[in-house]
This record gives sequence, structure tokens and C-alpha cells, in this order.
Amino acid sequence: MSEDTGASPIFAHDDHHGGELTRADEARYPVPDPGHPEHLPRLTDVDPRAADRATRQIAFFFGMVPILAIGFAVVYFAVPGDWFFDFGPLRANARNLGLGLTFGLSLLFIGIGAVQWARTLMTDEEMVDLRHGATSKPEDQQWMLTELDKVVDETKLTRRKIIGRSLLGALGFVFVPMLVGLADLGPWPTKKKRAETIEKTVWAEGVRLVNDVTFAPIKPEDIEIGQLINGEPETLKDLEGTAFQVEKAKAAIILVRMNPNTIKIPDSRRDWQVGGILCYSKICTHVGCPISLWEQQTHHLLCPCHQSTFDLGNSGVVVFGPAARSLPQLPITTDAEGYLVARSGFTVPVEPSYFDRDSRQDFEEGDN
Amino acid sequence: MRFLSSRRRHPVAKVALLLLALFVLGGIYNAVAPAERVAADNDNSQQIATGKALFAVGCASCHGLNGEGQTTDTIQGPSLVGVGAAAVDFQVSSGRMPMARPGEQAPVKPNRYSEEEIAALAAYVASLGPGPAIPAESEYQAAGLSDEDLARGGELFRTNCSACHNFQGAGGALPDGRYAPALFGISNKRLYEAMLTGPQQMPVFSDEVLTPEDKAAIIGYLNELHGRPIDGGLALGGLGPVSEGLWAWIVGIGLLVGFAMWITAKGAKAK
Repeated sequence: MSEDTGASPIFAHDDHHGGELTRADEARYPVPDPGHPEHLPRLTDVDPRAADRATRQIAFFFGMVPILAIGFAVVYFAVPGDWFFDFGPLRANARNLGLGLTFGLSLLFIGIGAVQWARTLMTDEEMVDLRHGATSKPEDQQWMLTELDKVVDETKLTRRKIIGRSLLGALGFVFVPMLVGLADLGPWPTKKKRAETIEKTVWAEGVRLVNDVTFAPIKPEDIEIGQLINGEPETLKDLEGTAFQVEKAKAAIILVRMNPNTIKIPDSRRDWQVGGILCYSKICTHVGCPISLWEQQTHHLLCPCHQSTFDLGNSGVVVFGPAARSLPQLPITTDAEGYLVARSGFTVPVEPSYFDRDSRQDFEEGDN
Repeated sequence: MRFLSSRRRHPVAKVALLLLALFVLGGIYNAVAPAERVAADNDNSQQIATGKALFAVGCASCHGLNGEGQTTDTIQGPSLVGVGAAAVDFQVSSGRMPMARPGEQAPVKPNRYSEEEIAALAAYVASLGPGPAIPAESEYQAAGLSDEDLARGGELFRTNCSACHNFQGAGGALPDGRYAPALFGISNKRLYEAMLTGPQQMPVFSDEVLTPEDKAAIIGYLNELHGRPIDGGLALGGLGPVSEGLWAWIVGIGLLVGFAMWITAKGAKAK
């Protein structure tokens, strides 16, 4: 309260404790400063018995802390690790529960005691601590500038300019290693690079469709109407480590069989299926969640992440949700031994969209 | 023999020979082929007849008098030709069928049919067309599985089932009020039948693709998962971020807000 710079018109008056209202600078502060309400004493300020009661409460909370801390030590040594506390849906290791409760409550009780102390017994007189202006005094500014000139002169920077310039160069170039490190983010996505990475899967002509996990090949006669198979290309088996994960993330498929008379198969995709068995990418075209939430009666495939819904009975077009492109379909046929194989790779890039993706080849409702 | 050979050109001989041949052929056919089937049919056809009578009362209003299905009426039901005995056993013993009213999904409710009645219904529906039979106990008991089998079952479960039924088998929502039910406490037989037949919106997982061993591994994994004690305290239904987030937002932040209000509240004033 001692330092009053007079910077704030809202505090133009010295006396802010109630009474007369200020009306300064109505353009900027149309609502006058109401000042402080009158200070009212608390119950504990006037009633000694209430103050004693509050004191006892505070002392109780603080006094519980040593007991809980000792309890923690007792639990630590006395409760065996294989005791369990069982109470309805709650089942917990008795030692962990005991340690957590004793230590947690001891911290909580310190806090509760301190807050109760501040609320009931510490003084609660309202007071104003005025902020001083942000600008320095003119003489301070002048002193700072001369001081700065002096320092610059003392560093000899004005006479030996090469030091300053080389320092600037050093500070500039010290960022080069950090920028070079950004190359670790991956190769520059040129058109060629995209074509051989994200736009390519291990699917190719003659690659067998196999079950995920078991890698068992699939015959069309083993698939019933309404059946869903989570599949992978058989060639995935030859990969390991990172390459396996990268290719699996792109090549995962789902294989479904529907009654061919109840679904729409465009003429261009008539030979992409085997008796109503259709094969689609398992990767949602929105942001790439793997989807196999398929309703066999509606033929809808639902993505659990953002509820994009694709109609597998209609070339995988989007019927609901944020996905913008239909689910890529994999053309399939059977090989000489009767197993399902890919007729070719995917005709469009699978996975979510990215900059410069050519989406003209994607199937749209009404294409044939 | 002379008696026969001297009369071999007799006018009656041809007719007699033909009759003899017919008797022999008929006798052989009677002895070999249909004998067993007739015996079995006597029992089975009785069951099928009972099943057909039950079907006409409980099922025919939606599925048609002969299980052919109804797709044009206001009350619709799919055709039951070829769904097999396993589908009937699953749907009726779990109380899903007969449905109380047409709707997006048949909910589980108390089953009113006795085991014999369900068997009769199953036999009748199975007679409509070939379909999966009720699995034998040896297929679904999922006993004696090694840790490796259980791990493989877990992998199969997460690949094929968790998309709808949640990674713990806690179930999940589908569009338009449909849902994938929770798998807690579902008997092994029912789990097996569900995979085999693909009830309602659930896809089929036929024995040829997901072999009986694979199915047993999945069932064993679920039993293991659900039988395991949850040592972490409240599991909140195993629903992951949904229930945990709800708990954190409402209980956790609610508690903090309560503390903040207590700290800043003005207590009773003396005046």
C-alpha cells in the first residue's frame, strides 16, 4: 500500500474501504470501483468456545498424522503381501491398500488441518496490495542505457567486430545438427517414395489369403454366408520384426461372405469375388483403425474409433461417419488347389488419406 | 434240377423269373439299406413332429409355418432353412427366441422351454436343411489347455472377437440400438454355438476356418480371463477409457471441486 504510482485510474482514491464510490475514466472503466465490503468477524473471532473447538479440530487432524505414519510402518512390516481385501466388486492387495490409505490420509490430514486453521483462526482481514506500474522510472531507464553502452564498450565489441560476427555465425550454425536430426523422421515423401512405401502392400497376384494368427489357407467352400474372417497375406509369414509389423499394418484384410443375390456387385468388380466372398482392407480410410466390427445382416462394417460405417454389400462405400473414401476392395480368385488367392494387389492405396493422395480411382456410390 | 430245366421254356417261366428277381432285389434292399434308417426315423420323426408342433405355436408367426421366413410382412423373421440345430439350441436355451416383440435385437430372457422341447425344436429345424449340429461336450469343454494354447486363444480372441465384444469380453454397442452382449458367465457350450452359428448380427466362424481347437482355445482363454482375480482394486467393468474416464471426471474432479469450494467458502459470520 505504500507505493502508489498513480498508474491505475481505478485506484484514484486513497480510501477504498467502503463509503464513497469512485467515478474515474468512465470510458475505460464504466463500472465504478465498489471498494471493499465491510469486514465481518467470524464466529471464531468473537466466540472463544468456537475458537477452542476449531483448535481441537485442527489439532486432531495434525495429531492423526503421526498415528497414520506409524500405521504405515506397521502395515509395511506386519501385513503379508498375499493378503487380499475382498469387498463386493472391490478386491485389492491388503498391504497396498493399507500403505496407500495410511500415507494418503496422512498427507490429506495435514492439508485439511492447514486449511481449517487458515479458515477459522488465522486473520481474515481484507487488504489491498496495489500493483505498481510496469514501466520503469525515466531516470532508471536512462541509467540502464548508459550502463549498457558501458558494457558493450568494455567487451570491445565495437572495435573488434569480428568477434560479434563470428559469434552470430556460431549461434546460427549450432542449430544445423539439430535440423539434420529431423531427417530421422523418415524419408522425404516424394511420389516415387510413396509409391514404394505407403501405397504398396505385400499383396500381389497369386498370394494366398490366410487366417490371421493361425496362417491357415482358406477354401471358399469352408466359408458360410454371414462368415467373417480376419485375414493376412500368406507372404507375411516370411517377414520378421519391424518389417512384419509395417506390412501387417497395411496388408490386414477382412473376408466376408454374403448372399450374392442380396448385395450390389458392380460390373467392373464382378470377377473380384468368389461366390459372394468379398475381400476388403481392414484399415479404416479415416485415420487407420483396424476394423472388423461387421454386422452380418446389414452388411455394415463399423469403425469403433469414430463410427465410420462402410457397406460391404455395396463395394465398401461410406454410409455414415467421418471417413471420406470407400474401403479398398481386394480382387480375389481361387488357385489350382482351390485356395483363395489375390487376383492382384490393392488397386488403390489402403490406409488413411495423406497429402497428394490421388483419390480419383476410389470407388464411389454409383460407379460401375 | 431236371424239373426246372425241362420247364425253362414254359410260358410262366419268364414271369416267375422276373418275380423272383424282384423279390431277391427287394429283399436285399430291405435287408441292407433302409433297415437302420427306418428304425432311427421312428424315434427321430416323433421328435421332429413334436418340434414341428412347438414351432407352429412359438416360432411360426415370424419364421413362417415351415421355417421359410417372412420378409414382406410387418412381422419379419429370417428363414431357418440350414441354420442347424446349434442355432436353435443357442437362441432358445438363452431365452432370446422366441422374441417377445420384433426389434433390433433379441434380448436374453428366462427360457420357458424344457430341454426335451428345445431338442425337439432343434431336430425339426435341423430337418429343414443341413446346418451345424449341437456341439458335443468334448468340443467345448476346453479342458487341459496348455499356457501356450491359452495365449493363442487370447490372440485369436483379440483378432476376431474383441472388435465387438471388448478386450475383456465386456460387450459393446452397435448402431441403431443393437449391441454385442457381454461374455461374463456365458457357458462354454453357448460360446461355442455362438461362434459356430453367428446369431443375429454376429458373423459366423465356421469350424473349417476357426477350427474346433481354435474355438476351444478362445473359450479356455475367456474362462481363464474371467476366472482371474482382479488385484488392482475396482475394475470398473473392464471397459477401459470409457468407465475410467467417467470415474476420473465425475468422482475425481468432483472431489477436487468439492475441496476447492470448501477451501474458499466463507464460514459463518458473527454478525
